Amino acid sequence: MSSLPEGWDMVVGLEVHTELKTATKLFCGCANNFGDEPNTNICPVCLGLPGSLPVLNEGAVEFAIRIGLALHCVVQPSSFHRKNYFYPDQPKDYQISQYDVPINGPGYLDLPDGSRVGIERAHLEEDTGKTTHVGGTGRIHGSDESLVDYNRSGVPLVEIVSGPDIRSAEQARGYAAELRSILIASGASDGRMEEGSMRVDANVSVRRGTEAPFGTRCEIKNLNSLRSVQRAVEYEALRQIAILDDGGTISQETRHWDEDAGKTQTMRSKEEAYDYRYFPEPDLVPVVPSEAFIRQIEAELPPMPAQRRRELIAHFGDAATDAQLDQANAAVELNLDPFIVGAIEKGITPALALARTANELAGLGDDAMSLPKDDYIALLKMEDAGELSATQSKKVLADLVAAGGGDPKAVAESKGFEQLDAGALDATLDEIIAANPDEWARYREGDDKLTGFFTGKVMAATQGQADGKAVNAALRQRRS
Amino acid sequence: MSDNTRPLNEDDVRHVAKLARLQLKDEEIIRFTEQLRSVLDHAADVASLDLEGIAPTAHPLELSNVLRADEVTASSDRDEVLRAAPSVADHRFRVPRIVGEAP
Repeated sequence: MSSLPEGWDMVVGLEVHTELKTATKLFCGCANNFGDEPNTNICPVCLGLPGSLPVLNEGAVEFAIRIGLALHCVVQPSSFHRKNYFYPDQPKDYQISQYDVPINGPGYLDLPDGSRVGIERAHLEEDTGKTTHVGGTGRIHGSDESLVDYNRSGVPLVEIVSGPDIRSAEQARGYAAELRSILIASGASDGRMEEGSMRVDANVSVRRGTEAPFGTRCEIKNLNSLRSVQRAVEYEALRQIAILDDGGTISQETRHWDEDAGKTQTMRSKEEAYDYRYFPEPDLVPVVPSEAFIRQIEAELPPMPAQRRRELIAHFGDAATDAQLDQANAAVELNLDPFIVGAIEKGITPALALARTANELAGLGDDAMSLPKDDYIALLKMEDAGELSATQSKKVLADLVAAGGGDPKAVAESKGFEQLDAGALDATLDEIIAANPDEWARYREGDDKLTGFFTGKVMAATQGQADGKAVNAALRQRRS
Repeated sequence: MSDNTRPLNEDDVRHVAKLARLQLKDEEIIRFTEQLRSVLDHAADVASLDLEGIAPTAHPLELSNVLRADEVTASSDRDEVLRAAPSVADHRFRVPRIVGEAP
């Protein structure tokens, strides 16, 4: 599983920050909207103006508890602290966070590969503003400066801290992917890493053998995709091993992942580490969720990815191929499994529903999720019934997703997609057989590999209009 | 600073001043060391009490669960807010670039 040199073991823990999908910020009624005009969602509270007072958002508490329950955490009474530091992204010069008593205590997350990663805590805190650095050569004259947009300042976050239980870069990626699916499934977060609504930091250390004490760790920041989580962890472990093999020592530090260069670089050393001087937030009182409130949230929690994977695979029984299992995992990871299950329940061939969803729909990006399920099922029904060829169906699907939905029949007609009638297919086959007599003779003698050859020729001649299954049937019929 | 039995000294005050981005003169360091020490001495009286079996208090008020509904309220007027800023560009606050990245 691991690609580390013989005798080495890596120890990884991940810290994941996720923005919550609340309507408003954590401590004020300003809108929580990604991408709004700069500084339009700001008020005295999230600007830290003197005399303003924070009031906790009930919706954020509920979302935090949902996340905690989905991760099998202990949901407990909690309180807030001030984490003090000077940086322009934080107008109060402190961040309100949870320190000694987080809302969610220990829990765990089970990965699809069967491994379990402990969760140490999942606590509430506020996000910071967004700073954009402007270089001295930019249109603003003079020295380097930064521009600050406080729309994000005060947006609710949950920080999920794993135990030091991860042992490979693949497992680190697997953990981040499964956590992302769980966050989306819980409805608490949209898990969009490219928009920064889910951000991952990794603590990485190495040791000689699986029983040795933990080594000195480095914290890696700026992991903006699942791919960079895996690459950065792998790179960092190998970097540390190379230093130790040379007789050097690892110094505890924070490092920055450079995706383009494929390297981690020193950001700050332990000596430069911040002294946050946490102290209790005097303007907020403790949060003590009642047992009834917690049980109500638990009862309303939607099915989690592990259960959905099991349910999806159950439709295939023991006949599921490895490729289909991978497709099922990918569909659940992208939250697209309701499309498959919905189609199967409407009588679509399971293998077709799975393949079209995991291969084509998944490839159409975030817009795929907003395609009305009924439109999708109607399209699959046409393909399943042989009214559209696979090639035609994929083209109609792309159009439907781009348009946000529609009637697949109308789209197919507008593209001139009509299934080739049997007469036209026969005529096409006649021409192709006449043009390729040698291949046809071999096919007739039982060389099945030539099925693909003839199907391809028919598809090319009909520009994908023919139905693959109908072509196969016609070929078999002529051979017998 | 974590050593509660040691009296506060001038280096502690310099450290705290640095964290708070305060530039203090030597005589101010001396004065604030005296003042802070007397504040801490006063607070240290608590340590002389017998607190065996008494749970720490998170908050002086007998309150919990002060919450608001997740409903959007009006934000401040951007132009009015930015007028109060020392420097502005592109509808954003313009600040000197800070060395290093955010914590």
